[in-house]
Amino acid sequence: MKARWHSAAVNGLLVLLALFALFPIVWMLSVSFMPAGAASAVPPPLLPSEPTLANYHELFERAGMGRYLLNSLLVATAITLLSLAFNLAAGYAFAKLRFAGRDRLFRTLLGALVIPAQVAMIPLFLIMKWLGLVNSYGGVIVPALATVFGIFLVRQYARSIPDDLLEAARIDGAGEWRIFATIVLPLLKPIVVTLAIFTFLASWNDFMWPLIVLSDQAWQTAPVAIAGLSREHVQDNELMMAGSVVTVVPVLLLFLVLQRYYLQGLLLGSVKG
Amino acid sequence: MKERRAAWTFIAPALIVIGAFFFVPVLAALALSVTDFDLYALADLRNLRFVGLGNYVDILQMPLFWKSLGNTFYFVLVGVPLSIALSLGAALLLDSKLARFKGFFRTALFAPVVTTVVAVALIWRYLFHTRYGMINYALAKIGVAPVDWLGDPHWSMPAIILFAVWKNFGYNMIILLAALQSIPRDLYEAAHIDGASVLQRLRHITLPMLRPSLLLVSVITVSGYFQLFAEPYVMTRGDPLQSTVSVLYFMYEEGFTWWSLGRASAIAFLLFALILASTLLLLRWERRGETT
Repeated sequence: MKARWHSAAVNGLLVLLALFALFPIVWMLSVSFMPAGAASAVPPPLLPSEPTLANYHELFERAGMGRYLLNSLLVATAITLLSLAFNLAAGYAFAKLRFAGRDRLFRTLLGALVIPAQVAMIPLFLIMKWLGLVNSYGGVIVPALATVFGIFLVRQYARSIPDDLLEAARIDGAGEWRIFATIVLPLLKPIVVTLAIFTFLASWNDFMWPLIVLSDQAWQTAPVAIAGLSREHVQDNELMMAGSVVTVVPVLLLFLVLQRYYLQGLLLGSVKG
Repeated sequence: MKERRAAWTFIAPALIVIGAFFFVPVLAALALSVTDFDLYALADLRNLRFVGLGNYVDILQMPLFWKSLGNTFYFVLVGVPLSIALSLGAALLLDSKLARFKGFFRTALFAPVVTTVVAVALIWRYLFHTRYGMINYALAKIGVAPVDWLGDPHWSMPAIILFAVWKNFGYNMIILLAALQSIPRDLYEAAHIDGASVLQRLRHITLPMLRPSLLLVSVITVSGYFQLFAEPYVMTRGDPLQSTVSVLYFMYEEGFTWWSLGRASAIAFLLFALILASTLLLLRWERRGETT
């Protein structure tokens, strides 16, 4: 009897927490299908009485959302692919290749993690201006090409590769690049997926730096664009919810499909403390 | 020898990027913070002058800086404990033998973490709407008069805290859940045989075993919460009565609205000092706790 009561309490609380977590997301979806003005009512409607795609039409045809989503997609994809190459090579070298000063260099990099990214942003803006990269994809992509976090994650994982395997290949006369491409990379596959989804989500969701470096609307990513739209359309709740839907749903779906890898990365990355 | 050469070619690209786009800017920020870099210097570098600690002195005399500092501390001191408490509660529930559909609940509670902060801030801005918002509607059901969440300086920060906690509690929940699952089960069984109650087991087994993980999530969450920016940018623009201007929001306005890049760099360094000091404080606190 007591056990049943306990079980009801535990599961009941979990249901409440899940409602707290999911209600705003579900409601966003629902409101995005309501005609303009329908959500400004008392009591607030839970479901659209006459579902419509009008908000999405307006969003893509008048507000140019397609362009912003494309910008986001291009920027996040480029950052993911390029930074994977940079971080994988560096992380592997820090884990497995011997060279003087390796550990001290790595500790210096790790030390940089205590410095918040915003400290670098103001001079970074000036550097980007000097390089002519303000208001271009490059302004967002270039500074993100390598990350300490990514190198750290790869190094943690690559340390489990047996040295004998690499030595054997060296004795057979394989060059370091060949060893990396044919032996190491296949072994690193799980961490590649993890790092890829981590990087993609982080770049897609990033706000402050794109806001600073992309003031020209043509280059803006989806989060920067909807922040701007929301300042123009304070009253158009239904339209803004449609904007939120198209921004959030892609990353939410990606996470659902690859969540095992994402959570593994989160746990691996958090042992740094 | 060949291995050493190869190693440097493997790490050089990443080092160049991190050096040129992180270490150099950080040092440059330190240099900028002792100059009067502004719109005139942006146009012509010859207008740049060295001002020593002038920016820091100026900032410490600006009422808005102290306001933003107070707001940020409010956000950190209330938000972080709330967020960690909720994360811990959720992790304990998910770790319970009695919980069902664990995979579903874990995904559901984690979902807000991966959402785009700007987009979900818009949802919450609407949930907090004084007349049409769901939150006031629910409060009215239990007889509470409507609250002007984002328009009343007393309620704007609590509203942002509620949103921030919703957004990030799932992150710490995952870390704490993994720590809970690594606690040996026989510890609990032994305590059970000795007749310890649920609360006693929580206090004498679970919490002590979770100490390192709790420290870790505290450090991560405190430094994350000090970097409050997007929430007030989207939900309140720092208003009402500047009650939601955070240090970072203040830095952004100084830097990219007024183009006082020297002063903004000084603000960035003050924020860095704050984050570093609170991290060291947490670590010391932990060490002292271990010896007693």
